Amino acid sequence: MLDLSWLLIAVPLASAFVLLLAGKRANSWGHWMGVAASASAFLVGLIAFLQMIGRPADDRAINVHLFEWIPGGEMHLDAGLLVDPLSLTFVLLITFVGTLIHIYSVAYMEDDANRRIFFAYLNLFVAAMLLLVLADSFLLLFVGWEGVGLASYLLIGFWNFKPEYATAAKKAFVVNRIGDIGLIIAMGLMFAAFGNLDFDTVFGGVSGASEATLTGIGLMLLLAACGKSAQFPLQSWLGDAMAGPTPVSALIHAATMVTAGVYLIVRSAAIFNGAPDARVVVACVGAFTLILGAVIGMAKDDIKKALAASTMSQIGYMMLAAGLGPIGYAFAIFHLVTHGFFKAGMFLGAGSVMHGMNDRVNMRRFGALRAAMVVTWVTFGFGWLAILGIPPFSGYFSKDKIIEAAFVGEGWQPWVFGFSALIGAGLTAFYMSRLFFMTFHGKARWEDDQHPHESKLMMTVPMIILAVGSAFLGVILASGDRFVDWLEPVTGHAEHGEPVLPVTGLIGSTLFLVAIGVFVAWRKYGAADVPIEPPPASLITIAARNDMFQDSVNRAVFQRPGQHLTRTLVYADAAVVDGAANGTAAGIAKTGEVTRKMQTGQVRGYAATMLVGLVILVIIVVQGGL
Amino acid sequence: MDPINFVYLAAILFAIGSAAVLTRRNAIVAFMGVELMLNAANLALVSFSRIHGEVDGQVMAFFVMVVAAAEVVVGLAIIIAVFRTRQSISLDEPAELRG
Amino acid sequence: MINPFLFWVVALLTVPPALSLLFAKKAVHIAMSIVLVMVGLATAYVGLDAPFLGVVQIVVYTGAVMMLFVFVLMLVGVDQREDLKESIKGQRWIALFAAGGLGIFLISIIARVTLPVSSSPVSGDPDVIAGVLFSKYVLVMEVLGALLITAAIGALVMTHMPQLRPRHTQKEISASRVKVGADPVNRPMPGYYARHNALDIPALDPQGNPIPDSVSRVLEVRDQTQDGAEFRAQLEDAAGSSLPTPPASAPDSVVDTSKPDSSEGKGE
Repeated sequence: MLDLSWLLIAVPLASAFVLLLAGKRANSWGHWMGVAASASAFLVGLIAFLQMIGRPADDRAINVHLFEWIPGGEMHLDAGLLVDPLSLTFVLLITFVGTLIHIYSVAYMEDDANRRIFFAYLNLFVAAMLLLVLADSFLLLFVGWEGVGLASYLLIGFWNFKPEYATAAKKAFVVNRIGDIGLIIAMGLMFAAFGNLDFDTVFGGVSGASEATLTGIGLMLLLAACGKSAQFPLQSWLGDAMAGPTPVSALIHAATMVTAGVYLIVRSAAIFNGAPDARVVVACVGAFTLILGAVIGMAKDDIKKALAASTMSQIGYMMLAAGLGPIGYAFAIFHLVTHGFFKAGMFLGAGSVMHGMNDRVNMRRFGALRAAMVVTWVTFGFGWLAILGIPPFSGYFSKDKIIEAAFVGEGWQPWVFGFSALIGAGLTAFYMSRLFFMTFHGKARWEDDQHPHESKLMMTVPMIILAVGSAFLGVILASGDRFVDWLEPVTGHAEHGEPVLPVTGLIGSTLFLVAIGVFVAWRKYGAADVPIEPPPASLITIAARNDMFQDSVNRAVFQRPGQHLTRTLVYADAAVVDGAANGTAAGIAKTGEVTRKMQTGQVRGYAATMLVGLVILVIIVVQGGL
Repeated sequence: MDPINFVYLAAILFAIGSAAVLTRRNAIVAFMGVELMLNAANLALVSFSRIHGEVDGQVMAFFVMVVAAAEVVVGLAIIIAVFRTRQSISLDEPAELRG
Repeated sequence: MINPFLFWVVALLTVPPALSLLFAKKAVHIAMSIVLVMVGLATAYVGLDAPFLGVVQIVVYTGAVMMLFVFVLMLVGVDQREDLKESIKGQRWIALFAAGGLGIFLISIIARVTLPVSSSPVSGDPDVIAGVLFSKYVLVMEVLGALLITAAIGALVMTHMPQLRPRHTQKEISASRVKVGADPVNRPMPGYYARHNALDIPALDPQGNPIPDSVSRVLEVRDQTQDGAEFRAQLEDAAGSSLPTPPASAPDSVVDTSKPDSSEGKGE
């Protein structure tokens, strides 16, 4: 079955093509085909996983050769798949959560005329994402990388009849391109340093490369990861990406695609191991983004944007963990998996709420939905507890490990990273509780025409499954370090360092901060009345409501100078380049105008010219002694 | 007397012929100037032939005569053709090549 | 060595006539001067041990080329006057400097070189020339032959006038003459008194009146017509009144009445 791993990619891809090409006649059955494609991919992945478990731990990396791709002279690259614990983890996450979201979407998109196309894009995304994680070379990974970018663009702009949604799609696309440039440059550096782009060659050649080269590659990979995973400074697109249908937000912009950056960094562990400086930068970016996302999340009233900020923050945790080096890689992936479950579950819950509230997203007009949507309330609650890190929910096992690991090390780093992670946990507790209480508790602040109701079975079942996962996945995977051992062939064995503060104290203070966050949120949003209009607030809240003015900053720092540069270039092009060309032409024309006058048409004039020229020539020849 | 004097004479005749070509507007007269130049060259050739004691210069002069004869035939035919269309043999008349 | 006398003769025979190229007004005068130049050059050739070339010079240039020039001059109108005023600005100065400069420059160069004169000149007799011509330069000669033929054909082509309109037959010509009311037959021959060259005297019709049409129009234009009164008087003296007497008005109507001045001048 492992040799048939290409089916993982081929089946959803074929389904996407069929759905796109079949036209309207596929409207009646197209969505079921999409679900089937995703489910069969999951089945293949599951079988592969079972087979993989049966193999010895040091023999769990299988290369599946597909075809000769780029038979160049110096660069001979074949397209192939690398099936190992890391990629299989992703395969299972993507296909399992993906399948659930497919099923959810059948009901969620029921009234949409273009549901078939929606499923085609979803399948395209699944195929591209699987290609991304299964690729055995950076170039093939890049193909998948671009594929998910395309799918993301198409799905954010799925309702592109609204100009702002189309703009949001464009924004996501453009910001992602900046990250892509990083990946391209990284590949160029790799090719220059190692001569090829497949993982074996690159990672095998790391020991022979200089640290400067590795740092350069690492920083470029980080740029790529920042673009795809919405990390600072390329975070601005994720909030606007919520313009897409909610299942898309759940699948792409919470569970899978945005975590591709984390995957890239963990996959390139060999490079980052050789470049400590780049790793510190990764950790800094992660730490900063996790605080930034949390602060933004505290101020957002749009339920989806608050969740998006939370996603940003949680991926910040993962990046932080990945930046910590070998001790953090496994935890980053662990948190990624649990986050994939609980965040997807919460997004689906948010979708369910929106479904019941006529697609409204303003939490200040929610409240007291607990009674109307019991299943949604419970499943969302599970996700809430998981992200808070309340034991024994899954978030506790993954996030606390990261906080613990962040405190390991020497010098300033454990203190900065550790306290960032610690404070982030408290902030997370506050904003998630705020979200939860504003939506499900307190008084009903509904608009007049609202009749909230529980969603259909087809939507609630995936939510229930994800909620169960949110609850128990952590326990299952963490017990006996099962997950860490599973990933060890990829991430390498790490000695558990001793944190600078005692572990029990860390757990205690984390839980204490979480409790404070929940308590404050309850006082402010659960027990008290929530004003319908956002009250006047401090400067930092206003800034957070406006995404820390990220768009203004981007506009001022990049767009304006860019436009001026472009205008200058256009002017230079018109004045200098065209000027040179046109000036040459004009000069020649002018010369022609002037010299034209010499052509009098008088034969004797020509004869005179000829004779003068002849005399001069004779003089030159004779006097020159030629 | 040195035969080189005939070369001086040839130079003078050549200069006169070229001046005639430049100044005279009557096509036939200008053409005669060309003939004079050719003959000056011939005189020089024959003089050199005498100076060097070789007969090659004379043969070349002979060739020049042949070419000149051919040229006269064609040139005069052109003059007649132009005269037919313009009723004039002035060299200033056909100035269509004016830029 | 060359006879200095020969040189000066040749110089006088060539340079002053050549200068007529620059200063003479009539093209015919120039052509004749150039003939002189050619003869002078032929003389020089003979003096320079090139007798064959001298003869060829006379035959080709004076005999053929220059006569062709004169012929063409006659053809295109010998009295086409050339306006000696220069029309191109500065052309005369350019010509003076270029030609004069060239001459001075050439002379200065010739003055600088000294060529030893061969003491054993080869006389350019026809057999010597022919020997070189048909051995060393035979290919050039062939090519020149081709050139001559080409030139001859070129001249034919260029002077050929294409027939643009259909040719008129004699029948058509006579029909058109009748149509416009002209005389259907030839005009009467001139001459009344056959003892003289009487082309300039009009014929008489049966009534004894002169017929103006019988005298060539050219003679009328040139005022060279006469009336027959003088001769008739002589005849009348000789033969009494045996000849028919023309009417009194005859002398006045001898010449074309469209030229009153000429008839008056001749009538007295």
